[in-house]
Amino acid sequence: MSELLQQIINGISLGSIYALIALGYTMVYGVLRFINFPHGDAFMVGAFVGYYAAPRIVPLVGGSLLIAGPITLLLSMLVCSALGVTIEKLAYRPLRPRPKLTILITAIGISLFLEFGGQLVFGPDPKSFPTLLPSAVIINTPNLVLRSTPVIVIATTVGLMLLLRFIVMKTKLGTAMRAVSYNQSAASLMGINIDTVISFTFVLGSSLAAAAGILYGSLYPSINPLMGVFPGLKAFISAVLGGIGNIPGAAIGGFIIGLIETFVTGYLSPTYRDAIAFGILILILLFKPSGILGRAESEKV
Amino acid sequence: MQPLPLDSYLNRFSTAIRACLGLHPLVALCGILLLAGCGGGGGDNTIQIGEYSSLTGTAATFGTSTHKGATLVMQETNASGGVLGKQIKLLTEDTQSKPEEAATVVTKLITRDGVKAVVGEVASGRTLAAAPICQSNGVPMITPSSTNPKVTQVGDYIFRVCFTDDFQGDVIARFVHNSLNLKRAAILKDVKNEYSVGLAHYFAQSFKQMGGEVVVEQAYSEGDNDFKAQLTAIKAADPEIIIVPGYYNEAALIVKQGRELNIKVPFMGGDGWDSAKLLEIGGASMEGTYYANHYSTSDPRPVVQNFVKKFHEKYNETPDAIAALSYDAVSILMDAIRRAGSTDGPKLRDAIAATKDFDGVSGTITIDNNRNASKSAVVLASGPDDRQE
Repeated sequence: MSELLQQIINGISLGSIYALIALGYTMVYGVLRFINFPHGDAFMVGAFVGYYAAPRIVPLVGGSLLIAGPITLLLSMLVCSALGVTIEKLAYRPLRPRPKLTILITAIGISLFLEFGGQLVFGPDPKSFPTLLPSAVIINTPNLVLRSTPVIVIATTVGLMLLLRFIVMKTKLGTAMRAVSYNQSAASLMGINIDTVISFTFVLGSSLAAAAGILYGSLYPSINPLMGVFPGLKAFISAVLGGIGNIPGAAIGGFIIGLIETFVTGYLSPTYRDAIAFGILILILLFKPSGILGRAESEKV
Repeated sequence: MQPLPLDSYLNRFSTAIRACLGLHPLVALCGILLLAGCGGGGGDNTIQIGEYSSLTGTAATFGTSTHKGATLVMQETNASGGVLGKQIKLLTEDTQSKPEEAATVVTKLITRDGVKAVVGEVASGRTLAAAPICQSNGVPMITPSSTNPKVTQVGDYIFRVCFTDDFQGDVIARFVHNSLNLKRAAILKDVKNEYSVGLAHYFAQSFKQMGGEVVVEQAYSEGDNDFKAQLTAIKAADPEIIIVPGYYNEAALIVKQGRELNIKVPFMGGDGWDSAKLLEIGGASMEGTYYANHYSTSDPRPVVQNFVKKFHEKYNETPDAIAALSYDAVSILMDAIRRAGSTDGPKLRDAIAATKDFDGVSGTITIDNNRNASKSAVVLASGPDDRQE
């Protein structure tokens, strides 16, 4: 029983990372209707910003993790937002009138550029991520251990999701984002500045990826320039599973994938882990192509 | 036109081959044993040696260490006048930690650059991808640190200067059973890695023979970061020690997450743990862990101390076992070229095979009949104090 509980805790903390990355995928898709492949690499860059910044920030604030943690998180979100907006301006904006396939190929190219450019700049060897989150023991029985790190990770994820939901549902820019997502040209005719809205979408998406990078580094303190590839793929699956374009769906998808992976690994065999995760994805796409929370929508012409 | 008799066809065919060999240097190089030794590539005053290493990708520190060790030998050799009156030129190719890339770059080194011998790789999976190419081209290959027994079984041109996994698995089993006096072991291996699977198998074999019990066997894949599911399952089986026959990056994360889950029993691994990154990533969690290794920097033999000093002067870091083995592999190659008096494939092969009592950094090395190195292993406790078996 306690083994099962422990596996649930393991699965939820892994899932919260997938959920955070999936939110970025789903948002960009919701507004622009294309998959932003470099999102997983923005996640990697976020972790590396933390790696370089944290050892400099911690002594500045007198070694207090309580202050240094959020500052590092914010700095990393800032740097990744700038990266996201730059990518959008330089690579996607000039291609916006072109077929979606052109942008998709460009996205893959940028993703590879960041991965292998990262190997050049950061070095290819794994780096040890600095301790940013306190690792105190909350529950400690012989068979069940709960530490503060995953709790903080889950809390931060849920907090950021709520914040995102508030921004998208209650603010003016959020309303504009939703309008652009429904119909770009109509929104433009209503006086919405499409460029600003799209840039803002990238700011939100990339800063969520950066946050995920910092949290991931804190949970699994070994980071390298290729670290974004697999979590990025899993998060993408989570987004599709939950219903791509749907924000709560992405979060739910992330938690489901995290739990499935943990259970398959813990009770069956890790060899089947990816096969089963992808198999479930195929099943869901067969029976509910729009994902768990996605609405079936007719093709707009 | 009347059909030609069969022997006439054969005659024409062999003339055609000879014409090709004479005219086209690339084809001549592919002419394998016939012309090995007089093919193109390299000037008159250099001997080209090929090295393939994982300079980027998941096992990047292994490749970088290999390259540093090999470069050090090359520079020392050239500074003291080279070999057979010629300078050594080391051509290095990156395998990106991928087996398919290893096969490609070794083909390139042999057929396009015309190297006389090949040194590499660390991971047995990649070495196994490249070895058949060296074998069929008649170019001797020495792997510095691939420990899977299958590697040298590829053929008579393939050698190694490190111990094999059956030996290493036995050393780990003996250490756990006799020195630590533990009888219930769990195994957590990397299923995608031949080295890890092999070492796990040989450990289990020896450990069971001694009367030990493997209570649970779990697996992961290289590149994984989350091992809590496996560790939770292992913890439920209540072992006395956990054997992790994988590489340093995953091993450090496994130990760290194990400690987070309140697993207090010791962890133990093999030479794949040897990297400064192990302690960097694992930190304080690495207390109470052990690993088998090829050499210890605290070994007082002059060849070891000299190597550690020179390596430190050049790179400002302490060499790991991978660097030491790469240093030994290239040193043995230089020694063999000197003894052979030639870089001719079969002669060089015979000279390497005849290596006896070579005073290497990783121990006294003799190449046995199966082209493996017979030598000793050490067991190190992770942390400040080294312990030897």
